[in-house]
Amino acid sequence: MIRILRQIFRTGIVTELTPRSDDPKITIGEIKLEDSVKKRFQRSLTVREVDAGSCNGCELEIHAINNPVYNCEQFGIHFTASPRFADVLLVTGPVTANMEIALRRTYDAVPSPKLVIAVGDCGCNGGIFGQSYASLGGIDKVIPVDIYIPGCPPTPTDILNGFYKIFL
Amino acid sequence: MKILEEALIAAFEAEAIPHEKAAQSTFTVPVGRFAEAAKVLKDAYALLCAEWASDETVFGSGFGIYACYHWGGEYLIVKAELPNDNPTFPTLTKHFVPAYRFERQIHSLMGVIPVGHPDDRPWIKFEDWPSDTFPLRKSFNASTPLMRTDGQYQWLKAEGEGVYEIPVGPVHAGIIEPGHFRFQAVGETIINLEERLGYVHKGIEKRFEAMTWESGVKLAARVSGDTTVAHATAYSMALESMTRTEVPARAQWLRALFLERERIANHLGDIGAICNDAAFAFMLYQCSRLKETIVRTNYKLFGHRFLMDRVVPGGVAADIDSSAKKEILSELNIIEEDFEHLVTIYEESSSLEDRVRNTGILTSELARELCTVGIVARASGLNVDCRIHTPYPPYDSLQIEPPVLTAGDVHARVWVRVSEIRESVRLIRRILRGIPQGGIVTDCRVPLPEATGFAAVEGWRGEIIYWLQSGHSGDVINRCMVRDPSALNWLALEQAIKGNIVPDFPLCNKSFNQSYSGHDL
Repeated sequence: MIRILRQIFRTGIVTELTPRSDDPKITIGEIKLEDSVKKRFQRSLTVREVDAGSCNGCELEIHAINNPVYNCEQFGIHFTASPRFADVLLVTGPVTANMEIALRRTYDAVPSPKLVIAVGDCGCNGGIFGQSYASLGGIDKVIPVDIYIPGCPPTPTDILNGFYKIFL
Repeated sequence: MKILEEALIAAFEAEAIPHEKAAQSTFTVPVGRFAEAAKVLKDAYALLCAEWASDETVFGSGFGIYACYHWGGEYLIVKAELPNDNPTFPTLTKHFVPAYRFERQIHSLMGVIPVGHPDDRPWIKFEDWPSDTFPLRKSFNASTPLMRTDGQYQWLKAEGEGVYEIPVGPVHAGIIEPGHFRFQAVGETIINLEERLGYVHKGIEKRFEAMTWESGVKLAARVSGDTTVAHATAYSMALESMTRTEVPARAQWLRALFLERERIANHLGDIGAICNDAAFAFMLYQCSRLKETIVRTNYKLFGHRFLMDRVVPGGVAADIDSSAKKEILSELNIIEEDFEHLVTIYEESSSLEDRVRNTGILTSELARELCTVGIVARASGLNVDCRIHTPYPPYDSLQIEPPVLTAGDVHARVWVRVSEIRESVRLIRRILRGIPQGGIVTDCRVPLPEATGFAAVEGWRGEIIYWLQSGHSGDVINRCMVRDPSALNWLALEQAIKGNIVPDFPLCNKSFNQSYSGHDL
């Protein structure tokens, strides 16, 4: 026990303030975020992550926003196990044909008002996998998307800046 | 010593015909004796690495079915040629268990039938695909979306008093890739686990056929996002083997540097995540902090946090200078010191030990029977590591000591990772000391028509195999076979979990940490 405490004290607080930027790469979809929705979600967001066919690169970076350095909980962003508790769906990957139904059902399980954030180049437009018999392309081919965060994969800072689109 | 080759020639004599244009020893045998070849090689102690089919109608023949065997430092590919009008071959499942899934996949995606296979349910291909869809055939138009039909997957059934089923997935509770698991349990004890994967099938192998040799590496780098360096390296090496490209020595050393950095970062993440699943969150935060340090240095020095697209055919796309060397060394010192503190804490926590010891045991016999690779194999007493047994530069001049444990439980898999982190830190220091001067990239020529290339690279999960085949002109990729370590190790998870309690599954699964994307392709 004493070693654990010593390690904790030696480490100290490593959380950094993520630079806020109005990154032009990160865009808002056709459906404009309603102010009332924004207001309702302010400073407290429950997020359900869905991998609809990514290569796992984006998942690593989503894990990273949870690490002590980015510590997304400081902004009230926390991840939930159930879509029923979620305000936001964070979706990655080109939607594969085999995941289409599961993604739709997860979306339907999220109570309104809800937001969808597409993460990564694949989530935004299908990326390198494009459209084929197995890959349907971007997330918006299946469910409406509110915020697009491109990148392969986007850095944790990019992802947090995407969330700021809701807070700003 | 070419034990496998000798065994095959001794048994088949003139019926085993060697290939001339292949970068790796390849022999064609008559279709009828394809399974017999497997038996001969099994008796010579071989492991099955992969089995795949290739549509060779563009060469004026039918289909080619290939099986790749491995033992010691030797890889041997056995091929059988199937006519277009009768694409069947004898199954290898009687001799090698991993053929079970390989052949289901071949059947589903290529429409080539393994005769005598015990299971005719499709794999990767879902029941709502039309039954005559064979995406890997040349006649299939990959650019149009699939029609959906009705269908129901047939699960294995367990019946009896007190037996119940727990279906999990494809959308799991955590931030994790999708896959479906079905447990049959009595009380808390799991009596059977059936995996159903294929949710992240993106059609990568078909996609390769629409790429150029140069752009293919970008796709290879995205087969599995956490193993991007190893996959890109394996693709590049396979291409270089078929074009006989001489990669500059400095580039080879840099590739090894990237590989080892990728290994450390992922092992750190895994150790943290495994401990977290045993309710020891302290370790998750500490390890993810160290992992973040590494990926940040990657970004600062090489321009990408996971080093994506930094390995290209013919060399690498990022170099280091003396200040970068200094930075890596000082980073390693900090990581090493902190990591050793954490290892001590791991060892001294009895609550953790209680969860990880004797949990999810994969016995040595099973590990061999299932032809497992990488960390899973090395935790179960199977000494396999491409860096040692089939070393490619610079590993042939670096001394590596692989950790081999025999317990096969969660703890052993954690401990293999701990030892590998220590070993990789040592290797990186050695690489930085010994890296030769010179160029970092050379032009990669275009392969000859109908040539094949092969490479096996030790990624952080284990051995990754690429097999490339050029088309009727050298510019075209006719087939790119990708074998991620997960294609074998997923089977091992099903076996290791039997007899464990349901709440230990996440812990056990995390200790395997197999790729879904790399498996489903």
